[in-house]
Amino acid sequence: MRCEDVALILPRAVDVGEPVDIAVQQHVNTCLACQAELARYHKLLKALRTLRSQYLMPAPGTLALTLAALGESGERQAIRSVLSGRRGAYIGALGGAAVAAGAAAAAVAFARRKAPRLAG
Amino acid sequence: MSQEELVAAARGGDQQAFEELVRQTYVGTYTLAYRLTGNEEDARDVVQETYLRAWKAIRRFRGDAQFSTWLYRITANTASSTTQRRNRSRSESLDDGGPEVIDERLFANPEASQEASALHDRLAAAVAELPPKLRTIVVLKDIYDLPHEAIAEELGISVAAAKVRLHRARKRLRDVLFEDRGGVARAV
Repeated sequence: MRCEDVALILPRAVDVGEPVDIAVQQHVNTCLACQAELARYHKLLKALRTLRSQYLMPAPGTLALTLAALGESGERQAIRSVLSGRRGAYIGALGGAAVAAGAAAAAVAFARRKAPRLAG
Repeated sequence: MSQEELVAAARGGDQQAFEELVRQTYVGTYTLAYRLTGNEEDARDVVQETYLRAWKAIRRFRGDAQFSTWLYRITANTASSTTQRRNRSRSESLDDGGPEVIDERLFANPEASQEASALHDRLAAAVAELPPKLRTIVVLKDIYDLPHEAIAEELGISVAAAKVRLHRARKRLRDVLFEDRGGVARAV
């Protein structure tokens, strides 16, 4: 195995737990250049991890804008909830009225059927 | 109130508790958003959108992962859709130097500050120079330690594709930071 072939595998091989072909391992164990290359990748990963503790300060007002957007979203949600409650009440009232009207119509029809016909 | 208590309260619909979570986490969220998008304006939009999405979804947060990890995933997803949506006509050369950097470790160990600062400046610049697709993966995996599966899911790509992009990104960073000079690699 040549160093050029190993170089293609090292960006993956540097991950802990990543399976690496035995031939690659054997080459790295006996090749100082590839060991140095692997060490570079280890150094790179270590340096990348430390970037996590390097915070970037947002411009002033970012927090306020975010909280305002959340507030607006909350208000919209509350309005929707109120409106959906009213919609339910309207639907309930309409349903009730329809039932009442139906009952009244049925009662009238029943009363007409029972009422004696006037002799003509 | 601890973060766990705030999360529990927010899950119950307490918006003030959620706003406190925003105050505690927004610098970290902004940092990730900036690293993913590469510019301040997009990063601010991503932060807002991330918290709006998080507020809508907080009832579904089961606590299997840390709140910050859950938030990172939403940030990654939001940044991905934002950058895809954006018309990339805006030139990246309009960069105004970026936001102010605060390195927590510098306060803990001032002697290491000079060396660490130089290293991080070079590395951060090299990461920022990566193409967006490669940058996103290396930021999420190697800086924020998200698993490949989570990254692939949030970006809508396969795990294999995520790994290939990661290895390409590492190779590019290696080439930039350890530039070979006559067979001898220059240290970071």
